[in-house]
Amino acid sequence: MIYPLVWMLGASLKPAAEVVANPGLLPAEPTLDNYRLGWTALRVPFSGFFINSVVLCGLAALGNVSSCSLAAFAFARLRFPLKRVLFGLMLLTIMLPFQATIVPQYILFLKLGWVGSMLPILAPKFLAVDTFFVFLLVQFIRGIPTALDDAAAIDGCGPFRTFRSIILPLLTPALATTAVFTFIWTWNDFFAQLLYLGNSLDTYTVPVALRAFVDSSGFASWGQMLAMCAVSLVPIFALFLAFQRLLLEGISTVGLRG
Amino acid sequence: MRTLSRPLHRPAYWPKYGRAGQEALAAYLFLTPWLIGLVGLTLGPMLASLWVSFTRYDLISAPRWIGAQNYVDLLADDRYLHSVRVTLSYVLLEVPLRLSFALGLALLLNRGLRGLDLYRAVYYLPSLLGGSVAIAILWRQFFGPDGMVNSVLMNLGWQNPPTWLHDPRFALYTLVLLGVWQFGSPMIIFLAGLRQIPRELYDAAEVDGARAPAQFLNITLPLLSPLILFNLVLQLIGALQAFTPAFIVSGGTGGPVDSTLLYTLYLYEQAFGFLHMGYGTAMAWVLLVVVAGVTAGIFASSRYWVFYMDRSG
Repeated sequence: MIYPLVWMLGASLKPAAEVVANPGLLPAEPTLDNYRLGWTALRVPFSGFFINSVVLCGLAALGNVSSCSLAAFAFARLRFPLKRVLFGLMLLTIMLPFQATIVPQYILFLKLGWVGSMLPILAPKFLAVDTFFVFLLVQFIRGIPTALDDAAAIDGCGPFRTFRSIILPLLTPALATTAVFTFIWTWNDFFAQLLYLGNSLDTYTVPVALRAFVDSSGFASWGQMLAMCAVSLVPIFALFLAFQRLLLEGISTVGLRG
Repeated sequence: MRTLSRPLHRPAYWPKYGRAGQEALAAYLFLTPWLIGLVGLTLGPMLASLWVSFTRYDLISAPRWIGAQNYVDLLADDRYLHSVRVTLSYVLLEVPLRLSFALGLALLLNRGLRGLDLYRAVYYLPSLLGGSVAIAILWRQFFGPDGMVNSVLMNLGWQNPPTWLHDPRFALYTLVLLGVWQFGSPMIIFLAGLRQIPRELYDAAEVDGARAPAQFLNITLPLLSPLILFNLVLQLIGALQAFTPAFIVSGGTGGPVDSTLLYTLYLYEQAFGFLHMGYGTAMAWVLLVVVAGVTAGIFASSRYWVFYMDRSG
């Protein structure tokens, strides 16, 4: 099941010729050369791409956490006209294929002059476009007893105060789930990054850089390529190890209450 | 006297945030980011793209109205029709297989093996990593003409194994395999659902003499059906958006000989490669209508095969 991953690790430690010659798991002559050479294989060292990816994904996580929690609080706790219609719209947009909006969004961002920056990818995160997380947070908030809200209201708290002091602190696990999933999914989001950040080597993020590497090199550098691939998976793997329980439970409960 | 059967979206007591008008105003303030996103980045662009699909637009000169010509051209475009076929083959293979593995493994893991956490983690990890460029590159190596798979096969004595990714007959199947390998996330959902099925039902069935297959068909499947619906719709829509693996594995060409030309790949090539914006948005709208239709159809059919515990019949 995870044999491909382990093989990739082994292959990244094999010298160039051995990657093809020896299909086995373990390198006959382990070497760290691939990591060293692959790191600087493109004009910009991989550290630059890593920084771009980390900044992008970190900001994306921040955006989703803030905008989706605000919307979720309104849907879960407040009464307002058109609530049903808007909630229904929100649910529908979860299932909207990204192809429906990608072309006009590109034209919009082109007109705004944002192509080539991270803004086209970050703006949707700060505007709760990933409605999946709004739904997740709504379900979570519904599990928080309203007695707490009542107590706050009796003490004279308005909705903003209640949100900030009562709901948000209790929402921490769900917010962490949102943040981690957003980080991981943004890290892997190749299409958008190819489109908006793929024109200049300096704005490349890790997935775009990996693809450029594949395209520009011949088969002799499989070892280096796999080494860089392995490195690129490390952040996701680390997040997975650290937040395993959170991720698995997040997925389970969305399905159950869905 | 308040009854217990109140709608789920209204708690028994409402915190009083001043008058209803003030509460509504507060609500809309909370919703402002989402509303801006909804109108500015979702609904607005969708409507705009509908208009663009009736034009010829290449970003450089102004859009030129050509009526339904783009849609007519789509029907006559062999590569387009081919990409539809390729995508259908991909989805019709990948989704059922992925869901079957997910359900099968969930059933196995639900028997309470030791080390369950480890198994769950091991099966889930590929679905986290699988959508990445890195794994697609790995797959490209694995199934290349002198990749890992062929090296092993040749060591086992097979002189001329197929070249997999370079063979139009098999390239798409390697992508299906990549998709199925990621069955972890629907599996987790099924596992959670299985855990919720009351043990007493199975015990009662045992007492009545029902054996495992009957138990599966009459207890497990019906009680799991809401999650099967959920997973089915989710996986279907996800599979129709597949892009990264096909792009990386074929080097952006959809080859060999267009055998991996998924719908999204062709759309990317037309809209962003050749800047046929009108044509690309027409493709996007066709996809949207089909997805909406299929999803609606699945939901409509669910009346016949999905069983909810909290409703009668």
